[in-house]
Amino acid sequence: MIKRRELLGAVVGLLLVWQVAALLLNIAVLPTPLRVGQAFLQELAQGKLLEHLLASLWRVAASTALAVLLAAPAGLLLGQSSRLNRFFSPLIYLLYPIPKVVFVPIVLLFFGIGDFPKIIIIFLILFFQILVLVRDQAAAIRPELIQSVRSLGAGRRALFRFVYLPASLPAILTALRQSVGTAVAVLYVAELFATQRGLGYYIYLNGSTLFNYPAMYAGIVALSLMGLGLYFGVDWLERRLCPWQAAH
Amino acid sequence: MVELDSLTYAYPDGQTIFQDFSWSARRAEAWAVLGPSGCGKTTLLYLLAGLRQPLAGRALIDGQPLLRPRPHTGLILQDYGLLPWATVRENAALGLRIRTFYGPDGKHAPDEFQPGQDVDPWLRRLGLDPFIDQYPGQLSGGQRQRTAIARTLALQPDLLLMDEPFSSLDAPTREGLQRLTLELWREQALTLITVTHSIEEAVVLGEKILLLGRPPNRTPTVVENPGGADPEFPDSAGYAAQVRDLRRRLEALE
Repeated sequence: MIKRRELLGAVVGLLLVWQVAALLLNIAVLPTPLRVGQAFLQELAQGKLLEHLLASLWRVAASTALAVLLAAPAGLLLGQSSRLNRFFSPLIYLLYPIPKVVFVPIVLLFFGIGDFPKIIIIFLILFFQILVLVRDQAAAIRPELIQSVRSLGAGRRALFRFVYLPASLPAILTALRQSVGTAVAVLYVAELFATQRGLGYYIYLNGSTLFNYPAMYAGIVALSLMGLGLYFGVDWLERRLCPWQAAH
Repeated sequence: MVELDSLTYAYPDGQTIFQDFSWSARRAEAWAVLGPSGCGKTTLLYLLAGLRQPLAGRALIDGQPLLRPRPHTGLILQDYGLLPWATVRENAALGLRIRTFYGPDGKHAPDEFQPGQDVDPWLRRLGLDPFIDQYPGQLSGGQRQRTAIARTLALQPDLLLMDEPFSSLDAPTREGLQRLTLELWREQALTLITVTHSIEEAVVLGEKILLLGRPPNRTPTVVENPGGADPEFPDSAGYAAQVRDLRRRLEALE
């Protein structure tokens, strides 16, 4: 566990390096953190930054919810049934390592503009990660545990409620933690195409069309904060929902 | 109370473990089932727990054929079978929660089941109250097995099945839990069936000992052990001779 004070120290250190570099180089494409901070607040209050941030956040949230809702039950099913798992595992083995970002052009061609293709792409990344981790977690539940819970009277429904569901929670959270960074990165790429909403679009527009570098940096800061926020959010959920893991 | 009637059972790979095997135990008896690994003693316990179904013949309890786990049978396994994500109290209450979850249906919970029972008296009795909010990963092996025992006893079993329950514990802990088991057996009038590979444990926990040998097992070999089901038996004169006798019989079965 990293302490709050150490984290704050790292933030201050990073800002310091940035400040010194900006002062030394003194060029338009590297404004100082102070200037970017001003732009950030200004864009947030008067510009469209918040709108773009919310558009991106919505896409991540929707795809995460969709991925958890579909991948967790599928993973549980595969983890419980070795026959199903044998049937599907070559397919998963093949698809899992493919970097899903290469599907961006295809998904855009098929689903066109709007939120849906972006949600689909992030969904693909999270889906496979959650599927594989939940499947392995469910398959790793010792048969003795299942037998002794069955001997207490548990049928299929109670086994699901008292064993499989709680066992899959840490796997879902681990999957989210591992893939939230990739998801945000791919979201950025996906938002470069066929949209006028989202932080990816906002950063690209300010950097390459309007040449408003402080605003571009404000967008990058917003996207970074979103990534960090999601990561911390998963951490927080894990502490709340899986206290036994911290207790070991 | 417990009866195997011409029972045949084979593993999915085809190896026959029991062939036309008949055996019975009376209510409130303490039995030990002894044999080398691979002899089918765990399978026997799973059959009695209703977790496996025979290919032919029947497993009966109180004259009723076993088709599924029976609400009044308790099962204790070597690896405790505790949920890693639940505290000691939650683990001990699991059986009661499952019963409440289904409601009294005679299938998952007995017809007369009353929700609202409490495991705390059992946790206190087994010395677990300092640990009720801890997780199994934070407990010693003996404390984990006590939690499993509390969970089972909270369901008021009349038949207690144990599979190598104390094999992974150190000697003082094991002796303490054997003593506790026998105390509860007498007090609750349990029918006790303990599966073990340890001759010493069989002699301490069983009034009668069922010997199993290399499968397929066809006829039961039963050894009377009049000094058994007594934690003080190892200190008495007949103990060493009984252990020697059992070792000789076991070797003969191999």
